[in-house]
Parts: sequence; C-alpha cells; structure tokens
Amino acid sequence: MSLMLKRLFQVFIVALLPLLAGCDFVVMSPSGDIAAQQRDLIVVSTVLMLLIIIPVLFLIFYFAWHYRRTNTAATYDPEWHHSTRLEVVIWSAPLAIIIALGAVTWISTHKLDPYRPLDRLDADRPVPADAKPLTVEVVALDWKWLFFYPDLGIATVNELAAPVDVPINFKLTATSVMNSFYIPALAGQIYAMPGMETKLHAVINKEGEYKGFSANYSGLGFSNMYFKFHGMTQQGFDDWVARVKTQGTALNRDAYLRLEKPSEKEPVRYYASADKDLYKSILNLCAQPGKMCTDEMMHIDRMGGAGKESLENREKLEYDNRRVEKGEMTNSPTFPASGEPSRSPEEPNKTVNDNGGQPMQHDMNNMPGMQHGEPSAPAPDSGSSNPAPTQLNNNN
Amino acid sequence: MFSNPDLLKFIFGRLTLEAIPYHEPILIITFIGVAIGGLALLGAITYFKFWGPLWRDWITSVDHKKIGIMYIILAIIMLLRGFSDALLMRAQQAIAFGDNEGFLPPHHYDQIFTAHGVIMIFFVAMPFVTGFMNFVVPLQIGARDVSFPFLNNFSFWMTTAGAIIIMLSLFIGEFARTGWLAYPPLSGAAYTPGVGVDYYLWGLQVAGVGTTLSGINLIATIVKMRAPGMTFMKMPIFTWTSLCTNILIVATFPILTATLALLTLDRYVGTNFFTNDLGGNPMMYVNLIWIWGHPEVYILVLPAFGIFSEVVATFSGKRLFGYASMVYATCVIMILSYLVWLHHFFTMGSGASVNAFFGITTMIISIPTGAKMFNWLFTMYRGRITYDVPMLWTVGFMVTFVIGGMTGVMLAVPPADFVLHNSLFLIAHFHNVIIGGVLFGLLAGVNYWFPKAFGFKLDAFWGKLSFWFWLIGFYVAFMPLYVLGLMGVTRRLQHIEDPSLQIWFVIAAIGAVLIACGIACFIIQLVVSFIRREELRDATGDPWNGRTLEWSTSSPPPDYNFAFTPVVHDHDSWYDMKNRGYSRPLQGFKPIHMPKNTGTGAILSGLSIALAFGLIWYIWWMVAVSFVAILAVAIGHTFNYKRDFYIPAADVSAEEERRTELLAKQV
Repeated sequence: MSLMLKRLFQVFIVALLPLLAGCDFVVMSPSGDIAAQQRDLIVVSTVLMLLIIIPVLFLIFYFAWHYRRTNTAATYDPEWHHSTRLEVVIWSAPLAIIIALGAVTWISTHKLDPYRPLDRLDADRPVPADAKPLTVEVVALDWKWLFFYPDLGIATVNELAAPVDVPINFKLTATSVMNSFYIPALAGQIYAMPGMETKLHAVINKEGEYKGFSANYSGLGFSNMYFKFHGMTQQGFDDWVARVKTQGTALNRDAYLRLEKPSEKEPVRYYASADKDLYKSILNLCAQPGKMCTDEMMHIDRMGGAGKESLENREKLEYDNRRVEKGEMTNSPTFPASGEPSRSPEEPNKTVNDNGGQPMQHDMNNMPGMQHGEPSAPAPDSGSSNPAPTQLNNNN
Repeated sequence: MFSNPDLLKFIFGRLTLEAIPYHEPILIITFIGVAIGGLALLGAITYFKFWGPLWRDWITSVDHKKIGIMYIILAIIMLLRGFSDALLMRAQQAIAFGDNEGFLPPHHYDQIFTAHGVIMIFFVAMPFVTGFMNFVVPLQIGARDVSFPFLNNFSFWMTTAGAIIIMLSLFIGEFARTGWLAYPPLSGAAYTPGVGVDYYLWGLQVAGVGTTLSGINLIATIVKMRAPGMTFMKMPIFTWTSLCTNILIVATFPILTATLALLTLDRYVGTNFFTNDLGGNPMMYVNLIWIWGHPEVYILVLPAFGIFSEVVATFSGKRLFGYASMVYATCVIMILSYLVWLHHFFTMGSGASVNAFFGITTMIISIPTGAKMFNWLFTMYRGRITYDVPMLWTVGFMVTFVIGGMTGVMLAVPPADFVLHNSLFLIAHFHNVIIGGVLFGLLAGVNYWFPKAFGFKLDAFWGKLSFWFWLIGFYVAFMPLYVLGLMGVTRRLQHIEDPSLQIWFVIAAIGAVLIACGIACFIIQLVVSFIRREELRDATGDPWNGRTLEWSTSSPPPDYNFAFTPVVHDHDSWYDMKNRGYSRPLQGFKPIHMPKNTGTGAILSGLSIALAFGLIWYIWWMVAVSFVAILAVAIGHTFNYKRDFYIPAADVSAEEERRTELLAKQV
C-alpha cells in the first residue's frame, strides 16, 4: 500500500512540474527586504520541521508495510507497550526542534515587528543615516484604497508608488469595517481597522509593478479591492509625483465624503492636494462634519467623563448607522426586510459607471438622503449643491 | 385584511414575500429537490407505518446509543449540505476569471462560504463527534446510560433545532454574508442589516444550549459512572479524549454564548459593544470569539485522536504504546489550547512580545501532538496489522496530519504568518488538519463501531473505494491551494483577476469532485451493507478482536448494555478479560433500573425553533407565545414522575439466552 501511495505521489509531482515552472511564487520570491526575510523564515521553519517530519513519514510507511499481517517474518510482540528510553526520545526530539524554532520565533518576531523602523535596506546595506523615509497613510474604504502622502501633500486612490531602497512608513486605518493591507512582494500584511491605527515599515528593492489587495473579507465588493503598487527609481517616482500634482484635483472633505461611499472597481484617482488633517479625522471617525472625534471622546473619558452632559454627545458619536438610514446598503434578491425593492439578477452589483470622469455624481443623485434632507446627518449634504469636481481618470 | 400593512407587520414581522428567493434558480432547483425528497421520505414513513416506532423508539428515546446514532445521522445529512456549498464554491472559483463573473454573484457566494464554514464546524463535525462520544463512552466504561438521559435527548434535539434554523435560511430570507465567525463591525446592524446574521446568531445559540448540556452530561458520566475497578488511568483512550473534549466544551462554549449574546444585543437593542459608534471595540469580539474558537479545534480533534488510538491498537493486535504518555499528552493539549488563541490574528498589530508568546505556545502544542504520533507509530511497531477499512483511514490520517501539522507550525511563526495569513495556504492548512485529522477519524470510527451499533459490518469494498477517493481527492483539492497561497492569493474571493491562476483552481475543483465520489461511495457503502446485512452479520459482538468493554456485549447491545456491570482490572479491559478466560454469566439476572422515554426534548426543540424564527423575523407574538410555552413545558416536565422503569429479570434472562444461543452457533 505504501508503494502505491508513493507511486501516486510521484505521478502527482511529475504532472505538476511544468505547471509550477510557469508560476509567480511571489511569497517565495518577493522584491522587498521585509518579505524576503519573512520568506527566509518560512524556509528555515520548514527545514527545521522536516528534520523530524521526514523520518516520521518514512517510519509510517515502513512500519505500515513491514508489520502487515501477511508478513509472518516480522516480529510480533502483542504485550510490548512501554519503553522509557523511547518515550524520552519521542518527547524530547520534538521539544528540541521547538526550542530551536522558538528561539528563531522570538528573535524574528521582534526583528520583523511591523511597528519597528527598518535598520537595513537589504541583507548587505544598512539604512543610511541621512535616509528620509517616505510616509504613506493608508485608508481602507468600501471597497477601494486611499493613500495619503503627507510629506508630498498628494493623495491617490487604488494606486501606490514608492521609490526603491527608500524605507516606507505606512500608517493604516479604515472607515467602516476591517480590511487587511497586503502587498505580497513588499511585506507581510497588517489589518486596517476603523478608529484604530496600525503601522507597517517596509522597503521595496526592485523596480516593478506589484499587486496589492485586501486580505480580509470586508463585504460584497471585497474581491475587487485591489490596487497596483509601483516600485520606481527616485527619478521615476519624482515624475510620478509631478504627474499626480498636474493631473490631480483637490481632496477636501466634501470630495472625501463622496469618495467614501461604497463603490467597486474604482478607477485610479489622483489628488494634487489633500486637506492636511483629513487623515487624522478619518482615523478619529470624524471626517463627517458634526461628528465628535474619537480622540476627543477618549480625552473626555480620561478626564472623568462628561457626566450627564455626555448625553448630548450621543448623536455625535454614532458613525455607523448613517449608511442604513440613507439606504446605502447593497440590496440583493435574497435581501429582505430592508424596505427596498429587490434587484433583478441582470443588473450587476457594481457602481462603476461609464462616465469615469465623475463617478460619484451618479451616486449623489441617487442618495435618498439628498432628496429628504435627513435630520440625523445634516452636514455632508451641503455638497449636493455644488457637483463633484471633475476627476481625472488615469487608467495607466 | 391583506391591505392593512400594520396588521401584516404584526403577523409576519419583517417577513414578506420578497424573502422567498423565488428569483434564484439555484435555490428553486434545490428547493424542488428537497421538497420531493422530503415528501418521498414522509410518504415512505407513512406507507411503512413507521410514525409510531419513529416517535416511540427514536424521537423520544433517552437511550444513549440511539441518541448517538441520531447525532451521526444529523451530521451526515448536514455534511451533504455543507459539501454542496463546497462544490459550488470550487465551481465558482474555477470559472470566475477575467470577464467571467461566474454563476454566483457576491451576495450569494458570500452566503455560501459563510454557510459552508458554519455548517461544517457546528453541524457536521460537532454532532459527529458528540454522536460518537454518546454512543461509545457509556459502553467503554461499562455503564448502562449517561448520567442524565433526558438531558441527553434534550441536547440532541437542541442541536437539531440549531441545524434546522440554519437550514431555514436557505429558503426563507438569506444567510449571513460575513464569514463563519461573523466579525463585527461587518456583522453589525449597520453593515449587515437583514436576517442573515440573525439566523447565524440564533441558530448557534440554540445549538449551543445542546452542546454545553451534553458536555456537562458526559463529564458527569465519565467521572461518576465508570465500572468498578476502572480508575482514571485504566480508562480507554477514547474515553480520556472525550473527557478532555467535554471539559473544553464546558469551559469554552459559555464564552461563545456570551460573545454572540453581546453581538445580539448590538443588533437588537442598539448597544455598542462591537460597533464603531460610542467607543465600541470590534476587536474585542475577535479576541473573544477565538478564545472559544481555538479550543473548539481541539474539541473536534481530540476525540478523533481517541478513535485512532483505539483503531491502531485493535488492528495492530497489540496494546497501545505509551498509554500514560498518551493521557498526559491529551491533557497538556487540553490546557495549552486555551493559550494560543491570538495566533488567529497576529496581523492585528499586537506587540512583538505578545505575538511571540502566542507563536511559541502554539508551537509547544506540537510537542504532545508529536508524542501522540510516535505512540501510534510504535503501536504499529512489532504489531500484526490488518488493513480493514478503519486502519486504512488511520494510516491515511497519520501521513496527512503530519503534513498539516508542519504547515501549522509554519503559520505559528508570526512574521511568516504575516505573509500567509488569510491566504489559500491557511485554507489548505486547516482543511488538511480538519479533513485529514477530524474527518478521517470520524470515518474510521463509523467503520469501526458500525457493527457494534447495528450488528453487521460495513461492506469493505465500498469502504476502501471511499477511502481512496477521499484521500486522493483531498490531495488534489488542497495541494493546489497551498501552491496558490504561496503565490499570494487570498481567501473568500468571488472573482479572480489573474487568469494565469485558473489552472490551479480547476485542479482543486477536480479534487472536490473526487471527494464527492468518496462521499457517494460512503453512502453506497451504507446501502450495500444494509442489503447484504445477513452476509455481513456479526453474531459475536466482537468482530475486530477488540480490546475495550464495548466489544464484550452483544451487537447491537441490549437496551441495558450490560446484564451485569463488568469489573475492571486493567486498561484494555475486554482484552484482559478474554486473556483470563472470562465466561459470560448465564444466570442470576436481576431486574434492571432504566430511564423512561420522553417527548419533552423534541417538543422543547420545536418551540425553540419557533422562538428563534420569531426573533429572526421580528414576529413578536410568536416570540412571546413560544417563550411562554417553553417555560410551561419545562416546568410541566418537572411534574412528570414516571421517569423510570424496571426491565424484569425474566426479560433480561431471555435476552441473554438468545445471545448464548447465537454465540453457541458461532463456535
């Protein structure tokens, strides 16, 4: 039987070889130093474990074959069930491996802590003393990515770029639900969560165009929540920044609030300028006028709370429910009890429209809140009088 | 009357005609299939006049053996549902590339992967495991039933009620679109209004009542009802693993109940435990749910380890190697399983020391697990191995589980997890351990204990065919997912952009089809065995030359299990008794005190379905009525004093007489 299994395995592996050759094992051959070190860890831990796995697999097959009933030549000892020496070995062999792996884990977890600033560009080069890291503030929206470059004053949607061999400091948050920010070629993922900020430090070592996406299911548009990450030369990056500045529009609060509405397959957008405190207010869930920032709330709480007066803050602290009130949730044929008509299956569940120049305007006109002026969410509707500024649509 | 919206709203809550998915062809076809099948079943029951026996002998039964069998039937039915979901997912992912959107839009696909996870864990693996513990444990410890027979019946029916509630969502309304653990804020009222998450919450809460109570019941049984002489260190390994599993159940299911209750409060009364609003903290939910979720993995796998331990000793014709270290390993795993939950979200941004701590505790679990693997290995050493179907599953498990364990340790290294988390590598890993560990064990158990339950063996040909389809199908379905994970492909994608990946998903889909063949062979095996039952009949009660007490009684065992409570001198007690020339007592039978059947469990379960349905659809009158009815029935049941009876000595004598004749014919 063991032979049969082995034969099957061989056939399986041989059949797959040509397939394997043509594939992009991005996790195993990344282009950023952090991801490369993480890859090395996968290899090291695999090798360490194979030290014990291979003998075990061999023994399984050997014992299964050798001690089959029909092999009367094999020793049969029905009462043999204990051997202190053997027991010591079977507990200590895995223990030894785990001690080694545990040490590797402790060191590597601290060294590759995503919150820890980089100390090297790659295996041979430490970070130069005068290196100026690039800061990128990442916001996961439903269902697209918004990137702020606070040092450069620009912002982009669904396109990220960075010069090679320059440390990148990511700060991440989300607006509605949890996502996971992941560029396999660059570095491991980290969650982007509403009202919270996570950090990631990484560097890209090779020029190229890489895939980035959300690795944590976040609702209906999740499958299309990907973006391109460009690793560029310093010159190329400067040109890219210049292009964003010439082609882009301004990202102010109004533009952001329109962008924030759920949508899928958003085209790439450039913003030549972005409000300075916009990221901070997104992080504190108060980009919408009239809402209290969570840091302010925490400050009040820290000072002992606002007592009975805090009742007045209640509405200002409700961030989530606006979507339901405005009927912005995506309804579907099996989506009852929302008071909305069910959608026919023919109409695809996408809000991308053909006039890519002003994608959001269509949304604005369809918002029930526009017509009725919901009292609970007063401010953002002011944007309805002045239509969305034209966005440049760069599908490069 | 139908023109009065207020009245309609009062009667039906938020349930409208819109909720019936008559515009979804897949669901319509499924519904027609289910309806025809259901009507045929009901017709057959009526035609064969089976309603009476069904009610008297099964539904109201408090016999642990029948309840165990019903648990396993429930698990097999739900396996078919959960696996259909899997086939749909594999089919969708095999075709939805580039411009092709596949045949499942996101709102449907997302329900399917949620339902697949929920059903496979809560309504396949759990009832399967509980079914075995119910059937086997009392027999292994020489008891006549569990400690609380009525509670056992009630537990089973609550689990079934949970399953029915989840199944209702298929045809009335929708199921959750949140993933099987329903992380908020996505699962909160703001981002997933509608009934999907409510079906999830109430289905699990109702089933959770059953699981928790059954855990308490089995702990009491194992601690208090062992045969004289059976000290803890003489208990069969399966009973040991059951004990540890039930301790885990009792310690962790209340956490699940509380966590889901908090989410329910968020959704129903507007509290803010897990919302973004008013300082709620969704990440607390993630912590809480995994404090239950990780021990849950061991709740499933420990009994499977127990099954393998029994099978490997029996079919190697040899005592289990390292009994004591097996017991200690099980207990160590039980305790450690509480200390690892954070490894499910290293990527949340905890500090390096926290991540490293949980990474290392996770790796430490592999030490006792490795010791177990060696124990099985050295049980085979110097054994005389017969390759009956249960042993095939066991060897298949050992090979597969070693690989799954290795990928698991890779995921336990936090920086490596950053690149593998949520990828298809993770999916491949946990299917590797859950299929290769839990499911292989359960199927080994079915083949192993079936003759005990029904008095005839399962057909070996179809059993072996099923095994090979499953084993090969598993590798074909999940090795491509490991590969895809290393290419950085994430999970739960309804549509994939990169067409070069398609080939891998196609291979995985072929693997799923092979597994489907394995399931079909298993069903055929049951049918064929039933038809050939006279050829496969086992009159001895001990078809495998077994080692533990369940093999000392007849197959199927009499209602009272043992005419006399056995006295235990060694572990592997039945083997010990056989060696010492044990002879069955043939006279001196006494009346046996037994619990009486009751329909209360089934009635309470039906009322719980009504209660949950009312809560899901906001039909408040139904909630009030069924809640009051539940209280009334429960209180009424306490006035039922006719709870036990005696099997007269003459009946016991006659039953044992029949067995003596059967055994005499064998020699």
